[in-house]
Amino acid sequence: MIPERAARLVPAGLDPWRVRRDFPELRRPPGEKPLVYLDAAATTPKPSRVIRAMSRFYEQRYANVHRGVYPLAEEATAEYEAVRDKVARFVGARAPSGVVFTKNCTEAINLVAYAWARRRLAPGDEVVVSELEHHSNLVPWQEACRATGATLRHLRLLAPSGRSAVEGEFPLGGELDLDLSQLDRLVGPRTRLVAISGLSNVLGTITPLEPIVAAARGVGALVLVDGAQLVMRAPVDLRRLGADFFAFSGHKILGPTGVGALVARPELLEEMDPFLTGGEMVLDVTLERATWSEVPHKFEAGTPMIAEVVGLGEAIDYLEALGLASIREHDRHLRDHGLSLLRSVPGLVLYGEHTAAERVATFCFNLVDERGELIHPHDVGTLLADEGIAIRVGHHCAKPLMRRLGVPATCRASCSVYNTVEELETLAGALARARAFFSGHGGNSPSTAERPKDASRGN
Amino acid sequence: MALDDLYQEIILDHYRSPRNRGACEECDHSVHHDNPLCGDELDLALQLERGRIHRIAFSGRGCSISQASASMMTERVKGETLEQALSIAEVVRRMMHGEPPAVDLGDLMALEGVSRFPVRVKCALLPWMALRDALSRGTSRHEDRNTEEPR
Repeated sequence: MIPERAARLVPAGLDPWRVRRDFPELRRPPGEKPLVYLDAAATTPKPSRVIRAMSRFYEQRYANVHRGVYPLAEEATAEYEAVRDKVARFVGARAPSGVVFTKNCTEAINLVAYAWARRRLAPGDEVVVSELEHHSNLVPWQEACRATGATLRHLRLLAPSGRSAVEGEFPLGGELDLDLSQLDRLVGPRTRLVAISGLSNVLGTITPLEPIVAAARGVGALVLVDGAQLVMRAPVDLRRLGADFFAFSGHKILGPTGVGALVARPELLEEMDPFLTGGEMVLDVTLERATWSEVPHKFEAGTPMIAEVVGLGEAIDYLEALGLASIREHDRHLRDHGLSLLRSVPGLVLYGEHTAAERVATFCFNLVDERGELIHPHDVGTLLADEGIAIRVGHHCAKPLMRRLGVPATCRASCSVYNTVEELETLAGALARARAFFSGHGGNSPSTAERPKDASRGN
Repeated sequence: MALDDLYQEIILDHYRSPRNRGACEECDHSVHHDNPLCGDELDLALQLERGRIHRIAFSGRGCSISQASASMMTERVKGETLEQALSIAEVVRRMMHGEPPAVDLGDLMALEGVSRFPVRVKCALLPWMALRDALSRGTSRHEDRNTEEPR
């Protein structure tokens, strides 16, 4: 224990050192390097109670849902449906019947793209997306527009006016806010849907959803919010937000892989035809045709991911026990320290540093060597990996945004409830060493040099 | 997995001071390859004279491994016949998959350590795939193609 450091750096409310103990994956076996896991935006490790809840379910309560009349089947169904209620409460949905379980956030968006967009859009209609979308909230709309003859329009980022790291090469360190002044021009009587990310997976900026939802409302268009990064980083209240569709994944909020949800207004789901058809979603079937179950069941064809749904429910319980306000406060703490630590790294270009938008502890950056040339993120990632630091390097499934930044790829460090300021100090130190290494100081890799500070003490 | 296996001094030297980097006006074979996974891009241009690689140059952007590999490749294959160049490319490809080279590859041996970093093998092979493409496609100019390693 290092009580004096902990006392200095840990805000009241959430103690990440304590939280870390809940995550078995963060405790590396003896002899292995301590893990500094900074890739929460890709996926999060799982607390043991989520893992245990799924084992317990398989060991004691597992059966198929909505079928059997024996007690196990009833218990399994009750557990599964209880999570639907939990999800509805968690995101402030009007009714549990608006919650459809899907494989992940991508499938939830595709459900809308197939079951709504492809059947409703026509030539002349328009769908609006933003320039910073993850491919999963861009490609489905490109394809739906292509299939229906509708037009895809783009809410762009403000013209860059930030300082240049290297003129002409990768000029953006500055403003990367969405240009909301375009809304009036972009969203009009032809607009049928606005599909927008609630939080950029690359820049870590929270999208100002209110004016966007208001613009869509004003012309009678629907709004889909990709909540993959937003959920758990900020409280979500769909009733207040007024979005028609909201999609998210379980694995990014401490839950298991293989489960996500589409949350929608139930009456909207009722008007839609099913996406997938088959068992579990029919009311009656003759040899010629079928009629559909009520919502949300008509969108859950086949045996669902029952244990994963149970795991998702446990993850939500865990998040609520930590407290979403405390989680947000901890994230702000990491964000503020992270930003100032990263600013102190020589040659580091931070993207979206000066946005007006509220941001979270997701940091997108590149390193420039002493000659002023970009150190490729893959090289940075490999050097950091050697120090036990896991960050994401690449295009983050947001190639249009990479083009806008003028770089092939970036580094991204993203935090969650188990991360500490000490880990961000380790990151900053490792980045400075990586830059020195690629600038030609010393023939040895940084791994052979001593780490000045080992921030990842054991759990 | 030692990092020094990957970032050998010879590799860093080629990365910091690349050889045969730039445009080539006289070249009549040119290809563009990219690695869609990491965004590495490489333009390779060469000129054959009496069956030998007379001129060769590369440009593009990418990680130290792909850039150093390209630099070392241009040095190694310049002056070689088409067949010799293709044969070296094949030895390098096999080396990346853990097969020790039967012939002396000189500086290129520094790439051997990359084979222990599976996600970086594509980086090292990017210029070699471009070379094979350029040599097999004769005089086609500025065609876009993704690098896909044959299986």
